[in-house]
Amino acid sequence: MRTPIAYFLLLSAILFAMGSASVLLRRNALRIFMGVELQLNAVNLSLVAFSRMHQELDGQILAFFSMVVAAAEVVVGLAIIVALVRRTSTTDVDQAGVLRG
Amino acid sequence: MPLDNVVFWVFAPLSVATGIGMIVVRSAVHAALFLVVNLFTIAVMYLLLDAPFLFAVQIVVYAGAIMVLFLFVIMLLGVDRGDARNERLFGQRTTAVILAAAIVAELAAAIRAGVGFATRAPEGFDAVNAGGNPSALADVLFRDYFFPFEVTSILLIVAAVAAMVLALRRSRALTQREIEEHAGDDLEALAVAPPGAPEQVREPTP
Repeated sequence: MRTPIAYFLLLSAILFAMGSASVLLRRNALRIFMGVELQLNAVNLSLVAFSRMHQELDGQILAFFSMVVAAAEVVVGLAIIVALVRRTSTTDVDQAGVLRG
Repeated sequence: MPLDNVVFWVFAPLSVATGIGMIVVRSAVHAALFLVVNLFTIAVMYLLLDAPFLFAVQIVVYAGAIMVLFLFVIMLLGVDRGDARNERLFGQRTTAVILAAAIVAELAAAIRAGVGFATRAPEGFDAVNAGGNPSALADVLFRDYFFPFEVTSILLIVAAVAAMVLALRRSRALTQREIEEHAGDDLEALAVAPPGAPEQVREPTP
């Protein structure tokens, strides 16, 4: 293991920032969702890197659970987007003002 | 140059490049395909970090199942729905890029203070991965994390039911009279109950 652990953490930080940039820049609900997925994966990468650094498997377990929760989240999120498109016939999040008080 | 360094410096720039491609490209399908490549590079990083089980799970679950679901929904909703080109908030793009750069700078400072840029992981993860990584993971998972593991099974069932409820289109059978009255109209739209309407009793079609 010759690669310093900080390189993996820096890569994870860059990926997380790109995910949040995607969330901030895009107005298509699906593109925003992809940005959220990228953020989740960036955090998973840092969890596995810390697991390697501390010689413990608990970080990998946490990354595993995070993948399971992300799978459930994707299913519900995409169903919400499909229901939203049926009602408003647009994927633009600015057009979805249903919950506005 | 040791092999894992070479692999890292091949796949890390690829990961960053596909991430930028995902943000910049206009078509949603192209963005999804860039994200697939990005998730593959993250899987390679797991392999470098001695986590072969997560490498396989990442490819099967993320690059396989989740991205296929994404592409399926994109195709279902129509491929040509591009993003709106105009900026509705003044300076949104500039602010977003500045904020993203600030996140990178802040995390880099935190990594430098907390871990240090030159710290290498200790050699010999094989002792932790005794009997193979999946076997060692299973030991920890089913001994220390058994209750959370069972809870995730409930979570998955609830998510599957929730997706069905959300995507269900409640429709009813039309009577012959309605069909005659609305001849030439969109009968399919008529059959879909209006949102919030009470459940219609299904009538046997004559």
